[in-house]
Amino acid sequence: MNESTPIKEDRVAALSGLGTSRKRVEDARFTQGKGNYVDDMKLPGMLFGDFVRSPYAHARIKSINTEAALAIPGVHAVLTAADLEPLGLHWMPTLAGDKQMVLADGKVLFQGQEVAFVVADDRYVADDGIQAVVVEYEELPVLVDPFKAETDEAPILREDIAEQKEGAHGPRRHPNHIFTWESGERMATEAVISEAEVVAEEMVYYHRTHPCPLETCGCVASMDKVNGKLTVWGTFQAPHAVRTVASLISGIAEHNIRIVSPDIGGGFGNKVGVYPGYICAIVASIVTGVPVKWIEDRMDNLMATAFARDYWMKGKISATKDGKITGLWCHTTADHGAFDACADPTKFPAGFMNICTGSYDIPTAYLAVDGIYTNKAPGGVAYRCSFRVTEAAYFIERMIEVLAIKLDMDAAELRAKNFIRKDQFPYQSALGWEYDSGDYHTAWDKALKAVGYEGLRKEQADRLEAFHRGETRKLIGIGLSHFTEIVGAGPVKNCDILGLGMFDSCEIRIHPTGSAIARLGTISQGQGHATTFAQILATEIGIPADDITLEEGDTDTAPYGLGTYGSRSTPVAGAATAMAGRKIRAKAQMIAAYLLEVHDNDVEWDVDRFVVKGAPERFKTMKEIAFASYNQAIPGVEPGLEAVSYYDPPNMTYPFGAYICVMEIDVDTGTTEIRQFYALDDCGTRINPMIIEGQVHGGLTEALAIAMGQEIAYDEQGNVTTGTLMDFFVPTAWETPNYQTDFTETPSPHHPIGAKGVGESPNVGGVPAFSNAVHDAFKSFGLTQSHMPHDHWRIWKTANNLGLHD
Amino acid sequence: MGKTHLNMKVNGKDVDVLTESRQLLVHVLREELNITGPHVGCESSHCGACTIDMNGMSVKSCSVFAAQAQNAEITTIEGLGSPDGLHVLQEMFKEHHGLQCGYCTPGMITRAYRLLQENSNPTEEEVRFGMSGNLCRCTGYQNIVKAIMAAADKMNEVKEAAQ
Repeated sequence: MNESTPIKEDRVAALSGLGTSRKRVEDARFTQGKGNYVDDMKLPGMLFGDFVRSPYAHARIKSINTEAALAIPGVHAVLTAADLEPLGLHWMPTLAGDKQMVLADGKVLFQGQEVAFVVADDRYVADDGIQAVVVEYEELPVLVDPFKAETDEAPILREDIAEQKEGAHGPRRHPNHIFTWESGERMATEAVISEAEVVAEEMVYYHRTHPCPLETCGCVASMDKVNGKLTVWGTFQAPHAVRTVASLISGIAEHNIRIVSPDIGGGFGNKVGVYPGYICAIVASIVTGVPVKWIEDRMDNLMATAFARDYWMKGKISATKDGKITGLWCHTTADHGAFDACADPTKFPAGFMNICTGSYDIPTAYLAVDGIYTNKAPGGVAYRCSFRVTEAAYFIERMIEVLAIKLDMDAAELRAKNFIRKDQFPYQSALGWEYDSGDYHTAWDKALKAVGYEGLRKEQADRLEAFHRGETRKLIGIGLSHFTEIVGAGPVKNCDILGLGMFDSCEIRIHPTGSAIARLGTISQGQGHATTFAQILATEIGIPADDITLEEGDTDTAPYGLGTYGSRSTPVAGAATAMAGRKIRAKAQMIAAYLLEVHDNDVEWDVDRFVVKGAPERFKTMKEIAFASYNQAIPGVEPGLEAVSYYDPPNMTYPFGAYICVMEIDVDTGTTEIRQFYALDDCGTRINPMIIEGQVHGGLTEALAIAMGQEIAYDEQGNVTTGTLMDFFVPTAWETPNYQTDFTETPSPHHPIGAKGVGESPNVGGVPAFSNAVHDAFKSFGLTQSHMPHDHWRIWKTANNLGLHD
Repeated sequence: MGKTHLNMKVNGKDVDVLTESRQLLVHVLREELNITGPHVGCESSHCGACTIDMNGMSVKSCSVFAAQAQNAEITTIEGLGSPDGLHVLQEMFKEHHGLQCGYCTPGMITRAYRLLQENSNPTEEEVRFGMSGNLCRCTGYQNIVKAIMAAADKMNEVKEAAQ
């Protein structure tokens, strides 16, 4: 060491590694309008494809006449199911073990369903073609209410499988029934509840909504007939899985398929699935011999691509008189629409809904989920949550509130009384999960203190008295939420999608001059992977984050991975990144020892270099080691410095948080104002606090939307009544409050750097906080449960039903 | 379908492009002129991803015909700065983490640019109201608002220093 050697703190700072609020490397291109989204692509000769869609929710197709469309100059082809059938592509497998029509085969099952695909010079001519396709329909009775699906008068929707008594997830008791999935001990739970001192019972509905990323779904498919290679650029949250699925269903060898996810304008689960548009664009490119682009418009997106939620959760929760919870029972009716296209790991047809015991030590529990077909769009994706975790969190956080009312106990106190204690981790839940780590009481106490909980309750009581005296028409609601997620799917032994184990990967190549490129099996849709994964690596291998290029999304170059959703990137690919970095470091250690002429064990790691133990002046920096790996013949060591890691996590991670929402509600107009929102998140080790905070702001705003107004609604004929952004609520800057963020840090014991994932926490924990605030405001007037979304009209109706307008 | 000449000044350059009367301005910009900064998010004027500056006003380019832009002076995100010299709004969006997926960003910044021309010293409330025609699904707006307020301060500092 000499005087020019930077001190340790400066060397750490130069890395911009783990824990720093590094500015995002993605932003330079995005702020200048130089992002590269799929609709920005333009290839020579490229055509545009668009769909004729069904105006009916349920109808038989008597005929499709494409003659007039084909006569329009600039229309090149019109595909129907009859054209796809010889290729075996008129139906496709779904991620949930069902199959789905690519183009309507004999009948349509939801409004907006894809009926024919018009391929034309551009989007305008394609639209001319759509108008000219004549489809003759015979309307059929429509099923929109899942509770009527198994009645005698219900129409049978899926005639293709009407006789099948066994589905992908066990026995089917009716042609409109998809599966029944059970978790926990039914008899034991029912016995506990029947003998309990106190039981609260409620139907908790989590309505149908939609992820609605600002960029809709789309792709450009290009079949190069000269080299036999198919390339598809598209909005794919799981490009590698898409390649395998495309190969399996098309018969094109997997090495001849290249899937590329360019910049993606938000995903939130909407871009996990495989949609008819992708298949049709591929077929159209094969048929026409030129690239074909397909881009949804907003109405297509809201009507036809994957919805989220739509769970009717009937619950019972039992406790002792002093508030110790003894049992939890839940029966869920899950409206899956016309095809079971949920994006869940194979063994979990209701996702991880059995995390519904939440943050609480509940000794006995039982969950059953019935999947039902209706005349609605398929989907059931995890909208910014790990598979059905937000439904589970909403359910338990509502049941806790309902129980608190029944017990006449403060809901914060009831939570604290039942939290899993710190010393109980790793904790085995009654429904089979092993929670990795947590410190709920510390987080909860910090949250209550931060908002001045007791003072808020006093203010609320004073306001209520003033209301009764006729001095005000505004009530205060205090919405509490303490959620526990289960993310980072997942151990390959438990979790696969279409047989593909849910590991993930990272491959690192160090260049001779000491900079690097890392490629991952995931794909960012705004999360900032290029920024944060470089930070993990910087700390692991001592190369500044600024000197590390990060690439994802091209299946020809990136290692195989299952993609980005369910907050799995950091828990799985982030772990792979750290592990690959450690392999690099292990080889670097050998090289350093050779260069320093000492034994491998005589050097130790120091931020960005290996130092001879006890002789700090003798060291080799990573930069020097990188160069040596390319120019020195080191006995027993291969040249170059590269590593790859495929990481199969031993367990999932369990982020948690404590959220408190203070809301003012005007009972005469039903309008609401979020006066304060405090969000404490514990996502384990924090990689980039700035990005974490941004994720929390965004997720909370999605939660605000869902809880307060956003829904996909159908009328009795199965018409979508929320098909544009005029009807489908997305909050603006005007409606959105400022959020107060906070954290505790409880690392995951099994993750290489202790990180748990955070992107979805605010959606999972935010929805119950907003909804509980509404319920809390009306609690003293006898309200126990009302259905989301709590828009002004519904709140006004609640107030009206409670007699507050009398 | 017949085509007519459309003359505009886009980001300081005169352009002459053949368009159909039914073509939307956003499609002409993106597909004929390769100006892909303005994005399409809704085609119904709700989301603002396609916001451009036209004749000194913020305009949603998905909801005007290209023909309506005859002789117009248009600025898109591509005209607001350069790789060598970012506009202060672009810098502040980066500095304050005012973007995530980036899809709304060109429209956001282009709208913010006009907002600060209309009101150089806005309150937070005025920023929130002035930006309410632009949707973002990622950020929750908090950092967008912060970035715009910071940009206003910086622009005012520069103005004061010049006086």
